[in-house]
Amino acid sequence: MGRQAYDGVVLAAPFTAPYTRFSNETAHWWIARALRGSLQVAGLSPRQIDGFAVASFTLFPDTPVALTQHLGLSPRWLDSVPMGGASGIVALRRAARAVQAGDAEVVACVAGDTNAIDGFRKLLSAFSRFALDASYPYGYGGPNASFALLMDRYMTEYGATRADFGHVAVAQRANALRNPHALMKKPLSHDDYLNARPIAEPIALFDCVMPCAGAEAFLVMTEDRARALGLPYARIRSTIERHNAFADDPVQLRGGWVVDVDELWQMAAMGPEDMDLVQTYDDYPVISVMQFEDLGFCAKGEGATYLRARDLTIGGDLPHNTSGGQLSAGQAGAAGGFIGMVEALRQVTATAGPTQVDAARRALVSGFGMINFDRGVCSAACVLEGGA
Amino acid sequence: MTVLDTLTKALAGGRVQVVDLTHTLDPDFPVIVLPAEFGQCARFRMDEVSAYDHRGPAWKWHNISMSEHTGTHFDAPIHWVTGRDVANGSTDAIDPAAFIGPVCVIDCSVGAAADEDYTLQPAEIEAWEAAHGPIPAGAWVLMRTDWSRRQGAEYLNLRADGAHSPGPSPNAVRALLDRGIIGFGTECVGTDAGQAAHFDPPYPAHAMLHGAGKYGLQCLKNLDKLPPTGAVLICPPLKIRGGTGSPLRVLALVEEIA
Amino acid sequence: MTQPLAPPPKKNPERRTPVPMLPPGTRSRAGLGLALAAGQGRFALQVCTECGAVQYPPRDACHQCLATDLAWRDLPSGGQLLAETTIHASSDPYFRERLPWRAGTVQLDAGPVVLAHIHGDVARGARVRMALMLDRAGQGVLVALPEQETPHMQDDTILRAMGTHPRHRRVLITDARAPEAVALARALLDAGVAQVFMGLAEAWRPFPGRTRLEALDKVSLHRLDVTDAESLTDLAGAIGGKVDILINNARHIRPGGVIGASLTDARDSMEIGALGLMRLAQAFGPGMRARGADGVNSAVAWVNVLPAQALAHDPGFAGAVAAGAAARALSLSLRAELRGGGIRLLHVHAGPMDDEWHQPLPPPKLAPAALARAIVQGLEQGLEEIHAGDVARDLAQRFAENPALLAREMEGGA
Repeated sequence: MGRQAYDGVVLAAPFTAPYTRFSNETAHWWIARALRGSLQVAGLSPRQIDGFAVASFTLFPDTPVALTQHLGLSPRWLDSVPMGGASGIVALRRAARAVQAGDAEVVACVAGDTNAIDGFRKLLSAFSRFALDASYPYGYGGPNASFALLMDRYMTEYGATRADFGHVAVAQRANALRNPHALMKKPLSHDDYLNARPIAEPIALFDCVMPCAGAEAFLVMTEDRARALGLPYARIRSTIERHNAFADDPVQLRGGWVVDVDELWQMAAMGPEDMDLVQTYDDYPVISVMQFEDLGFCAKGEGATYLRARDLTIGGDLPHNTSGGQLSAGQAGAAGGFIGMVEALRQVTATAGPTQVDAARRALVSGFGMINFDRGVCSAACVLEGGA
Repeated sequence: MTVLDTLTKALAGGRVQVVDLTHTLDPDFPVIVLPAEFGQCARFRMDEVSAYDHRGPAWKWHNISMSEHTGTHFDAPIHWVTGRDVANGSTDAIDPAAFIGPVCVIDCSVGAAADEDYTLQPAEIEAWEAAHGPIPAGAWVLMRTDWSRRQGAEYLNLRADGAHSPGPSPNAVRALLDRGIIGFGTECVGTDAGQAAHFDPPYPAHAMLHGAGKYGLQCLKNLDKLPPTGAVLICPPLKIRGGTGSPLRVLALVEEIA
Repeated sequence: MTQPLAPPPKKNPERRTPVPMLPPGTRSRAGLGLALAAGQGRFALQVCTECGAVQYPPRDACHQCLATDLAWRDLPSGGQLLAETTIHASSDPYFRERLPWRAGTVQLDAGPVVLAHIHGDVARGARVRMALMLDRAGQGVLVALPEQETPHMQDDTILRAMGTHPRHRRVLITDARAPEAVALARALLDAGVAQVFMGLAEAWRPFPGRTRLEALDKVSLHRLDVTDAESLTDLAGAIGGKVDILINNARHIRPGGVIGASLTDARDSMEIGALGLMRLAQAFGPGMRARGADGVNSAVAWVNVLPAQALAHDPGFAGAVAAGAAARALSLSLRAELRGGGIRLLHVHAGPMDDEWHQPLPPPKLAPAALARAIVQGLEQGLEEIHAGDVARDLAQRFAENPALLAREMEGGA
């Protein structure tokens, strides 16, 4: 295996700008808040970062280039990561290599989006060309309808039931109740989940995320720099990234992780059993179940049974989406691709506060993004380990 | 007092009445129908140019279009092939004196009511003269049939073998020409009877009157309001260069005899 | 099984007529190809001319070999339903008013996997017959239909929402004198229309169809002359709010070329065929456009009958065909204007008819009843462009292949 390890590079200074359901502010405002928060954690000024990676859907008509002028930054390394749910891991991969190669010293990775009234509909209405041509004209259920088809097929193929997916959603709500910034504040019972109003059958209300405004940020720098700043940090043990895998599968029942999962664990020199917690991309419970399968926790089709036998809460035997994830904390646009990464960073650096998993050192973060037409196109994953 | 002073005072005092012999120009008013392969007579059409709106804020007006032979109209000699060489035979060249003159009204309403193909015969002209005196030279002669009261399909009265409506016989036209009339008018869509294509000569009113430099009026109404003699007809067509005819307002002055 | 659609009750005058909303109408340039095929009732997708791979969604380059020459080809329409959902929540105002809505994933026999609207009579996981149809926005969408016909299947909510079926609707035919008028009224009645208004110009001229029309139940004659704006205003004032389908069959076909032809005939052809269309649109367009979502008998379609040669020209009928070409151009603009109300504009290109004006022409000629059938079928199938008769179909094919060559060939007549 020829891949170079991420030696000497770490991530630190996680920051979450607390989410709101709707916002009149702009993506620029949200990104500035998260960047500022992360820099304050690190004790750095904006001039001390020389790399900047941005993920956002609502910057239009601006790009990260315009954002540098807007925010008064002068980086020598700039990246735009338009990969939705995979953007946190992809941003980390690129930033880490840039730091490792000396192209940049400190890279700020930020994702943020606003959510004006009617903003989500407008965002969807121009999401992608294939969506315009071939999915939204069919009932305009948005991602709900696309994933309903996937879930319908998954249930038919593997015999999974809504109750299985409810197990995931209920545990996440329990986790969210410990996260003061989570938008969902009420407990969710298994019956609540099963009896929820249908949105796009078989998807019902508690299978869906709540679109909201918010931002997430972390910094990538050398381990030496993090030590010098006195920051708790995490090392990158392994990463993978894949786009448009299994294009011939008629319905998406597996993601690109399947192509690269062996490499993920070999590079990390660990296995799924070594993980203290898992942060999956949870736009729908069925997608989280799929990730456990595709990332080697269990065989294809056995995800539901496997998870039913696990306690997915913070105190459980397989803590999962400990901040409540998107399902219970909210989906702040592209920040949904960062929420798991930032929470995992807090967890393995023992700074997660109320959601802290005991003695958490190793975390798997998984990303999944961009329903271009009928399926998510981007998949990614990484293994983090708390530093020293 | 001059003659005209007397006339205007009589008009103002009501002793001379103005009778309107004209149908309203209406898009749905019938026009003559020729065999389908021939060019057809245009009906009256009106397009609104503006009506106090964005197309013209303070005014309303229409562009109109029609044939020279639409609605109540005048036929000039050059309308017919027989009159093509008549001097001053177009509407712009006719001596305007021809447009005002004495008018004789021959009542054929009883005959036309009984027979839709009724034709006026010389004998009836002679009978009329016996009662009302000779038709003077230079007079307009109008054939009253009450046909103007017919509406819709009844007016042209078209059937598979053509139109059925009254008109003058060839000999009646000859008789009128003998008397030196200036023009002849009817209530029907043409001066000729509906079946006049089968007369000898065909369309005698058109062929003989126009060949002799006489004028025609058609689609008249209110002829029942005119006396047999004594009224004055006013019928100036539009001054169309080379015009073969023209829609017009036809009026009659009728004096109340105490 | 589809429930048969009941005739709508009388309109409640206290309720506001719903504003017509449209499903998402933005498409890529390639995506518009779906609408073109759908408008002609074809099931066609892009096929790579180099490697033969079928493409979906519409693309600009082949997903198998990167070739950029992708041609729209008719394909087998069978498929298998792989997954389905019933949508109960949508942020889109059009669908929000029409929920629940059934959609699904279909594996096409032709290759690609597609998202499609699913007819209510399709069973879970069943084999389906796919159709490309126009939706209310006038865009081409895929619909999975039961493999075999089912009772009342045209009354399915999805088909009714997208289609222009005449059932329970009220139709205005503008020219009761046209050769196909009687057959058209009969065919519409057979298709289940609620009422047929027939326009009659020059009521003072008799015509043989009159007694046959007067003998038909639910058919009434009305003064209407497309060259007389006032007659249109009057009639629109009387029935404009009840015209759900307008079939403009008024046309003035006369033989003749250019140099030796009658300008009077040419002008009549223009006045009736082209400007008449414009006058009609001004009188009836606003009402129809506002009633695009007015319940079971909402306004849905405007039909223009055009001479088939209007795609090119015809030296034997120069003026009449020029008027047809002018009408077609006006009609294409009208199509765009009616789109906002969800009103479909159907062009019916009629080949030379078996009537007095084409009497010297050799066959094949279009029988009036065949034209009537084609119009009603076009409405039942929700089409946008149909070519009635062998001559019209032949002209359309030659036009699609090479318009300039067709114009040249037409110099010798159709």
